[in-house]
Amino acid sequence: MEIFLQQLINGITLGSIYGLIAIGYTMVFGIIGMVNFAHGDVFMVSAFIAMIFFLLFTTVLGISSVIVALILVMLIAMFLTGLLNWAIERVAYRPLRGSFRLAPLISAIGMSIVLSNFIQVAQGPRNKPLPPVLSGTITLMERNNFAATISYKQILIWVVTAVLLAGFWYVVQKTPLGRAQRACEQDRKMAALLGVNVDRTISLTFVMGAALAAVAGTLYLTYYGVVNFSDGFTPGVKAFTAAVLGGIGSLPGAVLGGLLIGLIETFWSGYFSIDYKDVAAFSILAIVLIFMPQGLLGRPEVEKV
Amino acid sequence: MAPGIATNGPGSSPGAAIRDAILAGVIALGIFGPLVGLKTEQNMQNELIITTRWGTVAIIVAIVIFGRFLLTTTIWPAIARRKASDAGPSRTSVAVKAGIARWFPPVGLVFLFVYPAIVVGLLGFQGSLKWVDNFGIQILIYVMLGWGLNIVVGLAGLLDLGYVAFYAVGAYAYALLATHFGLSFWILLPLAGILAALWGIMLGFPVLRLRGDYLAIVTLAFGEIIRLVLINFRELTNGSAGISSIPKITFFGLYSFDISAPNYVAKVFDLPMSSAYYKIFLYYLILLLALLTAFVTIRLRKLPVGRAWEALREDEIACRSLGINTTNTKLTAFALGAMFGGFAGSFFAARQGFVSPESFTFMESAVIVAIVVLGGMGSMIGVALAAVAMIGGTEILRELDFLKAVFGEGFDPDQYRMLFFGLAMVLVMIWKPRGFVSAREPTVFLTERKSISGSLVKEGHG
Repeated sequence: MEIFLQQLINGITLGSIYGLIAIGYTMVFGIIGMVNFAHGDVFMVSAFIAMIFFLLFTTVLGISSVIVALILVMLIAMFLTGLLNWAIERVAYRPLRGSFRLAPLISAIGMSIVLSNFIQVAQGPRNKPLPPVLSGTITLMERNNFAATISYKQILIWVVTAVLLAGFWYVVQKTPLGRAQRACEQDRKMAALLGVNVDRTISLTFVMGAALAAVAGTLYLTYYGVVNFSDGFTPGVKAFTAAVLGGIGSLPGAVLGGLLIGLIETFWSGYFSIDYKDVAAFSILAIVLIFMPQGLLGRPEVEKV
Repeated sequence: MAPGIATNGPGSSPGAAIRDAILAGVIALGIFGPLVGLKTEQNMQNELIITTRWGTVAIIVAIVIFGRFLLTTTIWPAIARRKASDAGPSRTSVAVKAGIARWFPPVGLVFLFVYPAIVVGLLGFQGSLKWVDNFGIQILIYVMLGWGLNIVVGLAGLLDLGYVAFYAVGAYAYALLATHFGLSFWILLPLAGILAALWGIMLGFPVLRLRGDYLAIVTLAFGEIIRLVLINFRELTNGSAGISSIPKITFFGLYSFDISAPNYVAKVFDLPMSSAYYKIFLYYLILLLALLTAFVTIRLRKLPVGRAWEALREDEIACRSLGINTTNTKLTAFALGAMFGGFAGSFFAARQGFVSPESFTFMESAVIVAIVVLGGMGSMIGVALAAVAMIGGTEILRELDFLKAVFGEGFDPDQYRMLFFGLAMVLVMIWKPRGFVSAREPTVFLTERKSISGSLVKEGHG
């Protein structure tokens, strides 16, 4: 029971991070039908930005309150990562809009290679460990020397994710920008005819996806305390898996898929074998796609001639 | 919002261009400032410290500002003017292109066959090693992989992001069977191909109902699963340590390239000892394997199954309504592509003498897909050219020692290899989204064979 509870807590934490990244994939896919392969690396870059500014604030500027530093770092990371993704969209994807199907995908794969190698060159190939922050834990249950605990970090991740998802939900459902995004998702040409600035909406979609990825990056950094230039690929693929699992194009689906992938991964490593946890996640993806290609919450795709 | 690309026509004023360039510079400062300017390093206590490099940031920002200014004031207007004045390809340019298209394949082929002789003639046996191995063999492996994947992606239109899985199956099939049972390469080569094809059918059967991006992501997942199993199934594969001392290929069992063997080729023919013979032999072997792939593809395109592939790529629903069994058609493409991947894999294992899961990462799949798409999907020549440009180009970066003189002794061009590879992928896509060779010749025609532009058809092929 304690082990189950512990894995549940760990799984939800990991799943929150995947869910935040998955939203970026699912929004971009929904609006321009493109798999943004570089999104995992954008997430990795955001973790680096967070790491640099956290160091800057704590060691150089001497901000002693960790919470204040974290909030500042998160805001800066959101802004700079949004700027980065905006620039990427302008340079690498927009010229290819309306081109043939595979061109943006290849461009995105190229961008993903560029980002991870740029960070490797600029910041060096070694792991970047941060001193531990928020290291306290709360014991929930204890029996036979095994205690199920929840750490402050995990609480922080849950709270931040919940608050951001609520805010994000509000933006998509209630604001003019969200309305424009949903309109573009349904029919880009018609939305343009009705006066929606499609280019601007798409750009802002990339910025929003990147901002959420930056939150995920900051949380990932505080949770694991270490980041490396190659850390973008696996979380990226898993978040994409989550987006597909939940039904690509569906925002609640992305969060649900993220949580499911996180839970599958932690329970698999807790009860079966830690070596094959990624195999489990990818196998689930394949099985879901084969039997339910539209995902859990996605609309079935009807193909017309 | 910054001014858009399209609005910067020839008429925009210099003031607007300067403002635009400065805005680009500010954005570049925001992105590169912290990531390049503040380098984090570990000190002796393993704590991260920040060192600043504002000079580098200033150079990058200056390049961005200047580049953007040049783009908006000179390059885009020039392109726009050329587009406006260009009413269509002139008669002479069409004739020149047709001439190149006719003469390039045979000339290229002859060059490929005499290439080792040229290199040996110029640099001697020892000097030729690097050029035959790093450039010749390395590029030809990717040409073969590109041609193999071209059947799946280029002809059948199935986006396979896990092609490296079949390459891995071939490599491990040879590595395991040769080290455990001592079987010869010439028995294991077809066996590796058959095994890879079987895997292709096994994986393909459930997933080929999926379309487009879903297929891409499931194949990616399978590629990763195979790699993870290779890492974790230590009893069989020796995990990430890999399998070493894989036997060399023999000359059909007649001569050996192993110095200690009694029938070592240099002993038999009384030649001076050199490892160049083996490299040259491998070069011709991979050349023949690649040409086999090309030959089979070209012949298959003329058979009903090849036409079904191309029809499937253009319109799946139309195919189904015309009675083509889409599942079988896709499976044959998948299995054939996998088989050539398996051939290449067993060659790779024999050439390296060592395999480990490290060689079969997603990045390899991405590079192969990139070669196929950059070359122009479906075009054999285009794929070969893309392999030469991308693999050869990045290999050449290793050789640029003179850059050390420019950028200082600590500069290692090898570090920037993949960075340039990625940049080249993005730039080529923007420059030519249809790939290097986008014009296609139809396999079936009425009275006259006409090349058509790739942009006239749905997926970019004639």
